[in-house]
Amino acid sequence: MKDIAIIGYGQTKFGELWESSFRELLVDSGVKAIENAKVDGDDIDAMYVGTMSGGLFVGQEHTASLIADYAGLNPIPCTRVEAACASGSLALRSACMSIAAGQHDVVLVGGVEKMTDVADPTGAIATASDQEWEAFVGATFPSLYAMMAKRYMYEYGLTLEQLSTWSSIAHENAVNNKYAQFRSKVSVEQVMRASPVADPLTLLHCSPVSDGAASMIVCDADKATDYADKDDIIYIKAFTQASDTIALHDRPNMTTLEAAKVASNYAYKMAGVGADKIDVAEVHDCFAINGLVLTEDLGFCKKGTAGKFIEEGNTRIDNDKFVTINPSGGLKAAGHALGATGIRQVGELYWQLKQDKECKDRQSAINNGYGIAANVGGTGGTVCTHLLSVDR
Amino acid sequence: MVVRTWRHMQERYNLIGKKCTTCGKVYFPSRKVCPECRRKGEMEDIQLSGKGIVYTYSIVRAPPKDFQKESPYIVGIIALEEGTKITGQIDCDLDKIEIGMPVQTEFRKIKEDGKSGVISYGYKFVPTVH
Repeated sequence: MKDIAIIGYGQTKFGELWESSFRELLVDSGVKAIENAKVDGDDIDAMYVGTMSGGLFVGQEHTASLIADYAGLNPIPCTRVEAACASGSLALRSACMSIAAGQHDVVLVGGVEKMTDVADPTGAIATASDQEWEAFVGATFPSLYAMMAKRYMYEYGLTLEQLSTWSSIAHENAVNNKYAQFRSKVSVEQVMRASPVADPLTLLHCSPVSDGAASMIVCDADKATDYADKDDIIYIKAFTQASDTIALHDRPNMTTLEAAKVASNYAYKMAGVGADKIDVAEVHDCFAINGLVLTEDLGFCKKGTAGKFIEEGNTRIDNDKFVTINPSGGLKAAGHALGATGIRQVGELYWQLKQDKECKDRQSAINNGYGIAANVGGTGGTVCTHLLSVDR
Repeated sequence: MVVRTWRHMQERYNLIGKKCTTCGKVYFPSRKVCPECRRKGEMEDIQLSGKGIVYTYSIVRAPPKDFQKESPYIVGIIALEEGTKITGQIDCDLDKIEIGMPVQTEFRKIKEDGKSGVISYGYKFVPTVH
């Protein structure tokens, strides 16, 4: 199997981007990634696009063709990949597999979602749950995660203050991310008092509805130096994926994402490192409880202790002992343009690990040279992880 | 939409699930393949009692379009006596709901698709009367 390298990354701002269309967003981020990687359009062998639902958000399917066309990349093969909110990282994983197999050398991976073009995106988002047996009875996405939170609180005594600390730290981190949707601090008290969405979750426990795109150039590691300087190359040591039941009620345990445990354990094994060696992580906090659950499932603290672990500030950017989690602000504050999120997470790790100027105001300490991203589809029916390293 | 509703009548109206005769595990909604035994499993219909306890819940205060009139309402995951769990609305006072509370199903209207559209029926849960 060939080694994989990231040689360039670019993203748009995440937020309510009224002036931009679906296709423009992805082309904007794609051009940035191509320029950043110092490749030409002619160098690109294939393209993978992650998007959850162009059909429901903007009435457009067949998005692979649309994007290849508008990116001026015809006739290279372009494939659209869908796994709800994990679509972006699944597109990246598909690109990695195609390079690892020797099928392609240089691949452009894009993720995009344009969510503000519909009046009520709730219905489109709900299609990532079990439509017949969850959404049908009135279970919304926030309420599914809220039920996870309620059960977690019941079993482990997590407090609302601890849950709210997650959001407060996320907003603090996003202040220094110019691409983030929210760049204002919020106190734990403000999170708790925000308008209720689905008890115990308030609006400030929830990631926003976002437009945005992120793109990345990945290539055969043997060829990376043909394009990029050595310092601009970061390696993808593991690209893993696992599945779980689509409906939350079918899980024996709702305080953990089994697919995240399986995918991350496999990633650690594939890369030959443990969770204790990870300097920086981007985890999928579409709702604050998911951030806490993933902190445990990825092995950064013991089951049931994430509330205290976060509250003590162990995952803050300025901590020098533990992993830094979501220096970008995470989905909560940086925004959650569904199909783009998985690539944005890995893009943040790319910047963090090479200590890029793009993240100089939110730079995590890089001691061991490893980062991991966990991207969740639905309530955990799909989880993809990517483990990055500064060394090949 | 009509056909889809009809397809689920046995489950939604009568709470018919499936039981794997090989491992004894009960599933709802119905499945064709037992995830434990796969092709070695033999699935048969089982009538569920509709009785169980609240495993977890949330009060929905930002409802989707179809449920705006009912907001705020409770959704919960109920652990049924037969060992399976299902999601449904729980019809009780918002301040009375708690994890562990005994509940049972009642046949109710779930939603309607506008004034002339399809009316969907199914189960909701209410506190068990002793």
